[in-house]
Amino acid sequence: MDLRFLVQLAIIGLTFFMLINASALLVYAERKVMGFMQQRYGPYRVGPHGLLQPLADILKLLMKEELRPKGADRWLFTLAPMLAITAAFAAFATVPWGAETTLFGLLDQPVKLGAADLNVGVLVVFAITSMGVYGIVLAGWSSNSKYSLFGGLRASAQMISYELSYATALSAVILLAGSLSIREVVDGQAGYWLGVVPRWFVFLQPVGFLIYVIAGVAETNRAPFDFPEAEQELVAGYNTEYSSVRFALFPQAEYINMTTMAAVATDLYLGGWHGPFLPAEYGWIWFLLKVGAILFTYIWVRWTVPRYRYDQLMQFGWKWLFPASVVNLVVTAALVLYFHA
Amino acid sequence: MDGWLGVIIMIALGVGFAAVMIGLSLLLGPHNPTPEKLAPYECGMPAVGSARERHSVKFYLVAMIFLLFDIEVAFLYPWAVALRDLGWAGFVQLVTFFLILSVGYVYVWRKGVLDWGPAARAGRHAARRAA
Repeated sequence: MDLRFLVQLAIIGLTFFMLINASALLVYAERKVMGFMQQRYGPYRVGPHGLLQPLADILKLLMKEELRPKGADRWLFTLAPMLAITAAFAAFATVPWGAETTLFGLLDQPVKLGAADLNVGVLVVFAITSMGVYGIVLAGWSSNSKYSLFGGLRASAQMISYELSYATALSAVILLAGSLSIREVVDGQAGYWLGVVPRWFVFLQPVGFLIYVIAGVAETNRAPFDFPEAEQELVAGYNTEYSSVRFALFPQAEYINMTTMAAVATDLYLGGWHGPFLPAEYGWIWFLLKVGAILFTYIWVRWTVPRYRYDQLMQFGWKWLFPASVVNLVVTAALVLYFHA
Repeated sequence: MDGWLGVIIMIALGVGFAAVMIGLSLLLGPHNPTPEKLAPYECGMPAVGSARERHSVKFYLVAMIFLLFDIEVAFLYPWAVALRDLGWAGFVQLVTFFLILSVGYVYVWRKGVLDWGPAARAGRHAARRAA
Protein backbone atom coordinates (compact mmCIF):
# COMPACT_ATOMS: atom_id res chain seq x y z
CA MET A 1 0.00 0.00 0.00
CA ASP A 2 1.37 3.36 -0.91
CA LEU A 3 1.46 6.41 1.29
CA ARG A 4 -1.19 8.27 -0.66
CA PHE A 5 -3.77 5.55 -0.12
CA LEU A 6 -3.01 5.44 3.59
CA VAL A 7 -3.42 9.22 3.84
CA GLN A 8 -6.77 8.94 2.08
CA LEU A 9 -7.89 6.28 4.51
CA ALA A 10 -6.77 8.54 7.35
CA ILE A 11 -8.86 11.38 5.89
CA ILE A 12 -11.95 9.14 5.86
CA GLY A 13 -11.24 8.12 9.45
CA LEU A 14 -10.82 11.77 10.43
CA THR A 15 -14.11 12.71 8.73
CA PHE A 16 -15.89 9.97 10.62
CA PHE A 17 -14.29 10.93 13.93
CA MET A 18 -15.10 14.60 13.44
CA LEU A 19 -18.75 13.76 12.70
CA ILE A 20 -19.01 11.95 16.04
CA ASN A 21 -17.36 14.95 17.69
CA ALA A 22 -19.69 17.31 15.86
CA SER A 23 -22.74 15.53 17.24
CA ALA A 24 -21.31 15.60 20.78
CA LEU A 25 -20.35 19.26 20.49
CA LEU A 26 -23.78 20.14 19.13
CA VAL A 27 -25.47 18.54 22.13
CA TYR A 28 -23.29 20.71 24.34
CA ALA A 29 -23.68 23.83 22.21
CA GLU A 30 -27.44 23.44 22.07
CA ARG A 31 -27.79 23.22 25.85
CA LYS A 32 -25.29 26.00 26.43
CA VAL A 33 -26.86 28.39 23.91
CA MET A 34 -30.32 27.55 25.24
CA GLY A 35 -29.04 28.27 28.73
CA PHE A 36 -27.64 31.66 27.82
CA MET A 37 -30.78 32.59 25.88
CA GLN A 38 -32.81 31.80 28.99
CA GLN A 39 -30.40 33.72 31.25
CA ARG A 40 -28.81 30.73 32.95
CA TYR A 41 -25.53 28.91 32.48
CA GLY A 42 -26.55 25.53 31.07
CA PRO A 43 -24.39 22.47 31.84
CA TYR A 44 -21.56 23.46 34.19
CA ARG A 45 -20.68 20.51 36.43
CA VAL A 46 -18.89 17.93 34.28
CA GLY A 47 -15.47 19.20 33.20
CA PRO A 48 -14.50 22.84 32.64
CA HIS A 49 -17.66 24.82 31.81
CA GLY A 50 -19.52 21.51 31.46
CA LEU A 51 -17.54 20.56 28.35
CA LEU A 52 -17.56 16.84 29.16
CA GLN A 53 -21.35 16.75 29.55
CA PRO A 54 -21.98 14.86 26.24
CA LEU A 55 -19.48 12.19 27.32
CA ALA A 56 -21.27 11.81 30.65
CA ASP A 57 -24.60 11.59 28.81
CA ILE A 58 -23.49 8.80 26.51
CA LEU A 59 -21.87 6.87 29.39
CA LYS A 60 -25.09 7.13 31.36
CA LEU A 61 -27.13 5.92 28.38
CA LEU A 62 -24.74 3.00 27.87
CA MET A 63 -25.46 1.83 31.42
CA LYS A 64 -29.25 1.93 30.97
CA GLU A 65 -31.52 -1.00 30.27
CA GLU A 66 -32.36 -1.80 26.65
CA LEU A 67 -36.13 -2.22 26.56
CA ARG A 68 -38.15 -3.58 23.68
CA PRO A 69 -41.87 -3.21 24.32
CA LYS A 70 -44.07 -6.27 23.99
CA GLY A 71 -45.43 -6.60 20.48
CA ALA A 72 -42.61 -4.59 18.94
CA ASP A 73 -41.00 -6.07 15.87
CA ARG A 74 -37.84 -7.77 17.09
CA TRP A 75 -35.53 -7.00 14.17
CA LEU A 76 -36.92 -3.77 12.79
CA PHE A 77 -36.88 -2.21 16.25
CA THR A 78 -33.08 -2.55 16.34
CA LEU A 79 -32.58 -1.99 12.65
CA ALA A 80 -34.31 1.43 12.67
CA PRO A 81 -31.74 3.36 14.75
CA MET A 82 -28.91 1.63 12.91
CA LEU A 83 -30.38 2.72 9.58
CA ALA A 84 -30.82 6.29 10.79
CA ILE A 85 -27.24 6.66 12.04
CA THR A 86 -25.66 4.87 9.06
CA ALA A 87 -27.51 7.08 6.60
CA ALA A 88 -26.38 10.12 8.58
CA PHE A 89 -22.71 9.11 8.45
CA ALA A 90 -22.79 8.00 4.83
CA ALA A 91 -24.48 11.19 3.63
CA PHE A 92 -21.41 13.18 4.62
CA ALA A 93 -19.11 10.92 2.57
CA THR A 94 -19.32 12.93 -0.65
CA VAL A 95 -19.18 16.35 1.03
CA PRO A 96 -15.69 17.81 0.55
CA TRP A 97 -14.36 19.99 3.36
CA GLY A 98 -11.07 21.35 2.11
CA ALA A 99 -9.00 22.15 -0.98
CA GLU A 100 -6.47 19.75 -2.46
CA THR A 101 -3.33 19.53 -0.35
CA THR A 102 0.03 17.76 -0.41
CA LEU A 103 0.21 17.93 3.42
CA PHE A 104 3.10 20.44 3.26
CA GLY A 105 5.08 18.50 0.67
CA LEU A 106 4.69 15.07 2.27
CA LEU A 107 3.01 13.66 -0.83
CA ASP A 108 3.99 13.87 -4.49
CA GLN A 109 0.44 14.28 -5.71
CA PRO A 110 -2.16 16.32 -3.81
CA VAL A 111 -5.02 14.53 -2.02
CA LYS A 112 -8.53 15.89 -1.78
CA LEU A 113 -9.88 16.66 1.68
CA GLY A 114 -13.15 14.77 1.95
CA ALA A 115 -14.16 11.13 2.33
CA ALA A 116 -15.12 10.52 -1.29
CA ASP A 117 -14.98 12.57 -4.47
CA LEU A 118 -17.67 11.67 -6.99
CA ASN A 119 -18.74 13.49 -10.13
CA VAL A 120 -22.39 13.06 -9.00
CA GLY A 121 -21.77 14.13 -5.39
CA VAL A 122 -24.94 16.22 -5.01
CA LEU A 123 -27.15 13.32 -6.12
CA VAL A 124 -25.43 10.92 -3.73
CA VAL A 125 -25.98 13.28 -0.79
CA PHE A 126 -29.66 13.39 -1.73
CA ALA A 127 -30.05 9.69 -2.19
CA ILE A 128 -28.47 8.88 1.15
CA THR A 129 -30.18 11.59 3.22
CA SER A 130 -33.52 10.33 1.90
CA MET A 131 -32.65 6.91 3.34
CA GLY A 132 -32.83 8.50 6.79
CA VAL A 133 -36.63 8.58 6.49
CA TYR A 134 -36.68 4.77 6.58
CA GLY A 135 -35.07 4.76 10.01
CA ILE A 136 -37.75 7.04 11.40
CA VAL A 137 -40.71 5.30 9.73
CA LEU A 138 -39.50 1.87 10.81
CA ALA A 139 -38.91 3.11 14.36
CA GLY A 140 -42.45 4.48 14.47
CA TRP A 141 -44.07 1.37 13.02
CA SER A 142 -42.05 -1.31 14.79
CA SER A 143 -42.57 0.11 18.31
CA ASN A 144 -46.24 -0.95 18.44
CA SER A 145 -47.13 2.32 20.17
CA LYS A 146 -49.64 4.85 18.89
CA TYR A 147 -47.46 7.86 19.64
CA SER A 148 -44.55 6.29 17.80
CA LEU A 149 -46.68 5.45 14.80
CA PHE A 150 -48.04 8.98 14.50
CA GLY A 151 -44.57 10.44 14.98
CA GLY A 152 -43.19 8.24 12.22
CA LEU A 153 -46.06 9.04 9.85
CA ARG A 154 -45.74 12.76 10.41
CA ALA A 155 -42.00 12.64 9.97
CA SER A 156 -42.20 10.81 6.67
CA ALA A 157 -44.91 13.10 5.26
CA GLN A 158 -42.97 16.16 6.36
CA MET A 159 -39.63 14.99 5.03
CA ILE A 160 -40.89 13.97 1.62
CA SER A 161 -42.88 17.21 1.28
CA TYR A 162 -39.90 19.42 1.95
CA GLU A 163 -37.51 17.32 -0.06
CA LEU A 164 -39.14 18.66 -3.23
CA SER A 165 -38.42 22.30 -2.51
CA TYR A 166 -35.01 21.39 -1.17
CA ALA A 167 -34.02 19.50 -4.32
CA THR A 168 -35.46 22.13 -6.67
CA ALA A 169 -33.63 24.92 -4.84
CA LEU A 170 -30.37 23.01 -5.18
CA SER A 171 -30.85 22.35 -8.89
CA ALA A 172 -30.65 26.13 -9.44
CA VAL A 173 -27.12 26.03 -8.00
CA ILE A 174 -26.25 23.11 -10.27
CA LEU A 175 -27.48 25.28 -13.12
CA LEU A 176 -25.07 28.07 -12.18
CA ALA A 177 -22.12 25.75 -11.70
CA GLY A 178 -22.89 23.40 -14.60
CA SER A 179 -21.61 20.40 -12.63
CA LEU A 180 -22.92 17.81 -10.18
CA SER A 181 -19.57 17.44 -8.42
CA ILE A 182 -19.62 19.35 -5.15
CA ARG A 183 -15.90 20.06 -5.44
CA GLU A 184 -16.39 21.69 -8.85
CA VAL A 185 -19.31 23.74 -7.54
CA VAL A 186 -17.09 25.03 -4.73
CA ASP A 187 -14.26 25.86 -7.11
CA GLY A 188 -16.74 27.74 -9.28
CA GLN A 189 -17.09 30.19 -6.37
CA ALA A 190 -13.41 31.16 -6.07
CA GLY A 191 -12.40 34.79 -6.53
CA TYR A 192 -14.16 38.12 -6.12
CA TRP A 193 -16.51 40.43 -7.97
CA LEU A 194 -15.11 43.98 -8.26
CA GLY A 195 -12.27 42.85 -6.01
CA VAL A 196 -14.33 42.86 -2.80
CA VAL A 197 -17.51 40.77 -2.97
CA PRO A 198 -16.69 37.04 -2.85
CA ARG A 199 -18.19 35.11 -5.78
CA TRP A 200 -20.43 32.99 -3.56
CA PHE A 201 -23.60 31.58 -5.06
CA VAL A 202 -25.62 32.92 -2.14
CA PHE A 203 -25.42 36.37 -3.76
CA LEU A 204 -26.76 34.98 -7.04
CA GLN A 205 -29.31 32.75 -5.33
CA PRO A 206 -30.64 34.60 -2.26
CA VAL A 207 -34.13 33.15 -2.67
CA GLY A 208 -32.76 29.68 -3.36
CA PHE A 209 -30.59 29.86 -0.24
CA LEU A 210 -33.56 30.89 1.89
CA ILE A 211 -35.67 28.01 0.51
CA TYR A 212 -32.80 25.60 1.07
CA VAL A 213 -32.35 26.67 4.68
CA ILE A 214 -36.08 26.50 5.51
CA ALA A 215 -36.46 23.11 3.83
CA GLY A 216 -33.28 21.97 5.53
CA VAL A 217 -34.70 22.78 8.96
CA ALA A 218 -37.85 20.82 8.08
CA GLU A 219 -35.83 17.91 6.65
CA THR A 220 -33.84 17.50 9.84
CA ASN A 221 -37.02 17.73 11.96
CA ARG A 222 -35.79 20.74 13.90
CA ALA A 223 -37.85 23.42 15.59
CA PRO A 224 -39.96 25.26 14.46
CA PHE A 225 -40.76 22.17 12.34
CA ASP A 226 -40.10 19.46 14.96
CA PHE A 227 -43.53 17.83 14.63
CA PRO A 228 -42.32 14.22 14.66
CA GLU A 229 -41.44 14.76 18.33
CA ALA A 230 -43.88 17.46 19.37
CA GLU A 231 -43.88 16.77 23.12
CA GLN A 232 -47.28 18.21 23.91
CA GLU A 233 -49.01 16.02 21.33
CA LEU A 234 -46.88 12.93 20.83
CA VAL A 235 -44.76 12.47 24.00
CA ALA A 236 -41.51 11.89 22.10
CA GLY A 237 -42.84 10.88 18.69
CA TYR A 238 -41.15 8.02 16.86
CA ASN A 239 -38.66 7.32 19.67
CA THR A 240 -41.18 7.17 22.54
CA GLU A 241 -40.50 3.49 23.18
CA TYR A 242 -36.73 3.63 22.79
CA SER A 243 -34.30 3.57 25.66
CA SER A 244 -30.57 3.39 26.23
CA VAL A 245 -28.22 3.55 23.24
CA ARG A 246 -30.89 2.71 20.69
CA PHE A 247 -32.56 5.93 21.82
CA ALA A 248 -29.29 7.88 21.79
CA LEU A 249 -28.62 6.99 18.15
CA PHE A 250 -31.67 8.99 16.93
CA PRO A 251 -30.66 12.39 18.32
CA GLN A 252 -27.11 11.68 17.24
CA ALA A 253 -28.29 10.97 13.70
CA GLU A 254 -30.30 14.21 13.83
CA TYR A 255 -27.25 16.23 14.86
CA ILE A 256 -25.09 14.64 12.18
CA ASN A 257 -27.80 15.36 9.61
CA MET A 258 -27.77 18.99 10.75
CA THR A 259 -24.01 19.07 10.23
CA THR A 260 -24.39 17.59 6.74
CA MET A 261 -27.08 20.12 5.90
CA ALA A 262 -24.85 22.97 7.06
CA ALA A 263 -21.84 21.56 5.23
CA VAL A 264 -23.77 21.22 1.96
CA ALA A 265 -25.07 24.79 2.37
CA THR A 266 -21.49 25.96 2.95
CA ASP A 267 -20.17 24.13 -0.11
CA LEU A 268 -22.95 25.05 -2.50
CA TYR A 269 -23.88 28.57 -1.40
CA LEU A 270 -21.17 30.04 0.83
CA GLY A 271 -18.05 29.26 -1.16
CA GLY A 272 -16.89 26.25 0.85
CA TRP A 273 -13.24 26.65 1.86
CA HIS A 274 -12.69 29.83 -0.17
CA GLY A 275 -12.17 32.93 1.93
CA PRO A 276 -9.81 35.85 2.39
CA PHE A 277 -6.65 36.03 4.56
CA LEU A 278 -5.93 32.29 4.68
CA PRO A 279 -3.85 30.34 2.11
CA ALA A 280 -5.65 27.51 0.32
CA GLU A 281 -3.95 24.90 2.51
CA TYR A 282 -5.82 26.26 5.52
CA GLY A 283 -9.13 26.65 3.70
CA TRP A 284 -10.76 24.05 5.95
CA ILE A 285 -10.67 26.64 8.77
CA TRP A 286 -13.03 28.81 6.72
CA PHE A 287 -15.16 25.75 6.07
CA LEU A 288 -15.43 25.00 9.78
CA LEU A 289 -16.24 28.62 10.62
CA LYS A 290 -19.03 28.78 8.05
CA VAL A 291 -20.52 25.45 9.12
CA GLY A 292 -20.34 26.62 12.73
CA ALA A 293 -22.17 29.83 11.87
CA ILE A 294 -25.00 27.96 10.14
CA LEU A 295 -25.29 25.48 13.01
CA PHE A 296 -25.45 28.32 15.51
CA THR A 297 -28.29 29.84 13.47
CA TYR A 298 -30.07 26.47 13.63
CA ILE A 299 -29.91 26.49 17.44
CA TRP A 300 -30.77 30.18 17.61
CA VAL A 301 -33.91 29.61 15.53
CA ARG A 302 -34.93 26.67 17.69
CA TRP A 303 -34.95 28.74 20.87
CA THR A 304 -36.53 31.79 19.26
CA VAL A 305 -39.42 30.60 17.09
CA PRO A 306 -42.37 28.64 18.49
CA ARG A 307 -43.53 25.44 16.80
CA TYR A 308 -46.00 25.72 13.91
CA ARG A 309 -49.14 23.66 13.54
CA TYR A 310 -48.89 20.54 11.41
CA ASP A 311 -51.46 21.71 8.84
CA GLN A 312 -49.58 25.01 8.51
CA LEU A 313 -46.38 23.11 7.86
CA MET A 314 -47.82 20.95 5.10
CA GLN A 315 -49.63 23.82 3.43
CA PHE A 316 -46.57 26.05 3.60
CA GLY A 317 -44.41 23.37 2.05
CA TRP A 318 -46.73 22.45 -0.80
CA LYS A 319 -48.44 25.77 -1.54
CA TRP A 320 -45.64 28.27 -1.00
CA LEU A 321 -42.19 26.78 -0.85
CA PHE A 322 -42.51 24.39 -3.79
CA PRO A 323 -43.95 26.92 -6.30
CA ALA A 324 -41.40 29.48 -5.10
CA SER A 325 -38.53 27.09 -5.74
CA VAL A 326 -39.85 26.27 -9.22
CA VAL A 327 -40.17 29.97 -10.12
CA ASN A 328 -36.67 30.53 -8.74
CA LEU A 329 -35.34 27.77 -10.97
CA VAL A 330 -37.02 29.04 -14.15
CA VAL A 331 -35.85 32.63 -13.56
CA THR A 332 -32.30 31.40 -12.84
CA ALA A 333 -32.31 29.33 -16.04
CA ALA A 334 -33.44 32.33 -18.11
CA LEU A 335 -30.79 34.58 -16.57
CA VAL A 336 -28.02 32.02 -17.02
CA LEU A 337 -28.91 31.63 -20.70
CA TYR A 338 -29.23 35.42 -21.18
CA PHE A 339 -25.80 36.20 -19.71
CA HIS A 340 -24.16 33.12 -21.18
CA ALA A 341 -25.20 33.85 -24.77
CA MET B 1 -10.58 9.56 -2.23
CA ASP B 2 -11.81 9.17 -5.80
CA GLY B 3 -14.72 6.90 -6.57
CA TRP B 4 -17.17 4.94 -4.50
CA LEU B 5 -14.73 3.25 -2.14
CA GLY B 6 -14.93 6.21 0.25
CA VAL B 7 -18.72 6.02 0.41
CA ILE B 8 -18.60 2.27 1.04
CA ILE B 9 -16.01 2.67 3.82
CA MET B 10 -18.16 5.39 5.38
CA ILE B 11 -21.25 3.13 5.33
CA ALA B 12 -19.21 0.31 6.88
CA LEU B 13 -17.96 2.65 9.61
CA GLY B 14 -21.53 3.79 10.32
CA VAL B 15 -22.87 0.22 10.60
CA GLY B 16 -19.90 -0.75 12.75
CA PHE B 17 -20.37 2.22 15.06
CA ALA B 18 -24.08 1.45 15.56
CA ALA B 19 -23.45 -2.27 16.13
CA VAL B 20 -20.64 -1.64 18.64
CA MET B 21 -22.70 0.91 20.58
CA ILE B 22 -25.80 -1.30 20.77
CA GLY B 23 -23.66 -4.33 21.67
CA LEU B 24 -21.90 -2.38 24.43
CA SER B 25 -25.17 -1.23 25.96
CA LEU B 26 -26.49 -4.81 25.92
CA LEU B 27 -23.35 -5.88 27.80
CA LEU B 28 -23.22 -2.99 30.26
CA GLY B 29 -26.88 -2.34 30.95
CA PRO B 30 -29.03 -4.27 33.43
CA HIS B 31 -31.71 -6.60 32.14
CA ASN B 32 -34.75 -7.25 34.31
CA PRO B 33 -37.95 -6.65 32.34
CA THR B 34 -41.36 -6.59 34.01
CA PRO B 35 -44.77 -6.67 32.26
CA GLU B 36 -45.31 -3.01 33.20
CA LYS B 37 -42.01 -1.93 31.67
CA LEU B 38 -42.70 -3.83 28.47
CA ALA B 39 -46.16 -2.33 27.92
CA PRO B 40 -46.31 0.40 25.25
CA TYR B 41 -46.49 3.88 26.77
CA GLU B 42 -49.95 5.38 26.89
CA CYS B 43 -49.71 8.04 29.59
CA GLY B 44 -49.70 5.45 32.39
CA MET B 45 -52.98 3.77 31.41
CA PRO B 46 -53.10 0.17 30.10
CA ALA B 47 -52.79 0.29 26.33
CA VAL B 48 -56.07 0.20 24.40
CA GLY B 49 -56.11 -1.95 21.28
CA SER B 50 -53.31 -2.38 18.79
CA ALA B 51 -51.19 0.44 17.42
CA ARG B 52 -51.19 -1.09 13.96
CA GLU B 53 -54.51 0.43 13.02
CA ARG B 54 -55.64 2.15 9.87
CA HIS B 55 -54.54 5.74 9.60
CA SER B 56 -55.58 8.77 7.58
CA VAL B 57 -55.60 8.29 3.82
CA LYS B 58 -54.04 11.76 3.62
CA PHE B 59 -50.57 10.33 4.18
CA TYR B 60 -50.92 7.94 1.23
CA LEU B 61 -52.03 10.81 -1.00
CA VAL B 62 -49.01 12.88 0.01
CA ALA B 63 -46.72 9.94 -0.72
CA MET B 64 -48.30 9.51 -4.16
CA ILE B 65 -48.02 13.12 -5.25
CA PHE B 66 -44.53 13.24 -3.80
CA LEU B 67 -43.52 10.37 -6.09
CA LEU B 68 -44.79 12.22 -9.15
CA PHE B 69 -43.09 15.50 -8.34
CA ASP B 70 -39.88 13.90 -7.14
CA ILE B 71 -39.45 12.11 -10.46
CA GLU B 72 -39.80 15.51 -12.06
CA VAL B 73 -37.02 16.86 -9.83
CA ALA B 74 -34.85 13.90 -10.78
CA PHE B 75 -35.30 14.93 -14.43
CA LEU B 76 -34.16 18.45 -13.57
CA TYR B 77 -30.62 17.50 -12.56
CA PRO B 78 -29.23 16.26 -15.89
CA TRP B 79 -31.08 19.12 -17.56
CA ALA B 80 -29.45 21.65 -15.21
CA VAL B 81 -25.97 20.33 -16.02
CA ALA B 82 -26.59 20.41 -19.77
CA LEU B 83 -28.54 23.69 -20.01
CA ARG B 84 -25.67 25.74 -21.50
CA ASP B 85 -25.41 23.27 -24.40
CA LEU B 86 -29.17 23.00 -24.87
CA GLY B 87 -29.65 26.77 -25.10
CA TRP B 88 -33.05 28.42 -25.35
CA ALA B 89 -34.57 25.30 -26.91
CA GLY B 90 -33.86 23.45 -23.67
CA PHE B 91 -35.38 26.30 -21.69
CA VAL B 92 -38.61 26.22 -23.71
CA GLN B 93 -38.79 22.45 -23.24
CA LEU B 94 -38.47 22.84 -19.49
CA VAL B 95 -41.15 25.52 -19.30
CA THR B 96 -43.48 23.31 -21.35
CA PHE B 97 -42.73 20.44 -19.00
CA PHE B 98 -43.57 22.61 -16.00
CA LEU B 99 -46.79 23.83 -17.62
CA ILE B 100 -47.97 20.26 -18.16
CA LEU B 101 -47.03 19.41 -14.59
CA SER B 102 -48.80 22.46 -13.22
CA VAL B 103 -52.11 21.13 -14.62
CA GLY B 104 -51.76 18.19 -12.27
CA TYR B 105 -50.61 20.49 -9.47
CA VAL B 106 -53.67 22.75 -9.84
CA TYR B 107 -55.93 19.68 -9.96
CA VAL B 108 -54.42 18.31 -6.75
CA TRP B 109 -54.73 21.73 -5.10
CA ARG B 110 -58.39 22.17 -6.15
CA LYS B 111 -59.22 18.67 -4.93
CA GLY B 112 -57.99 19.72 -1.50
CA VAL B 113 -55.17 17.20 -1.18
CA LEU B 114 -52.84 19.95 -0.01
CA ASP B 115 -55.30 21.15 2.66
CA TRP B 116 -54.79 19.90 6.20
CA GLY B 117 -56.60 20.55 9.46
CA PRO B 118 -59.08 23.46 9.58
CA ALA B 119 -58.71 24.30 5.88
CA ALA B 120 -59.52 20.70 4.91
CA ARG B 121 -62.56 20.65 7.23
CA ALA B 122 -63.81 23.96 5.77
CA GLY B 123 -63.42 22.49 2.29
CA ARG B 124 -65.48 19.43 3.21
CA HIS B 125 -68.24 21.61 4.70
CA ALA B 126 -68.36 23.71 1.55
CA ALA B 127 -68.60 20.59 -0.61
CA ARG B 128 -71.44 19.24 1.53
CA ARG B 129 -73.36 22.52 1.32
CA ALA B 130 -72.96 22.61 -2.45
CA ALA B 131 -74.24 19.05 -2.79
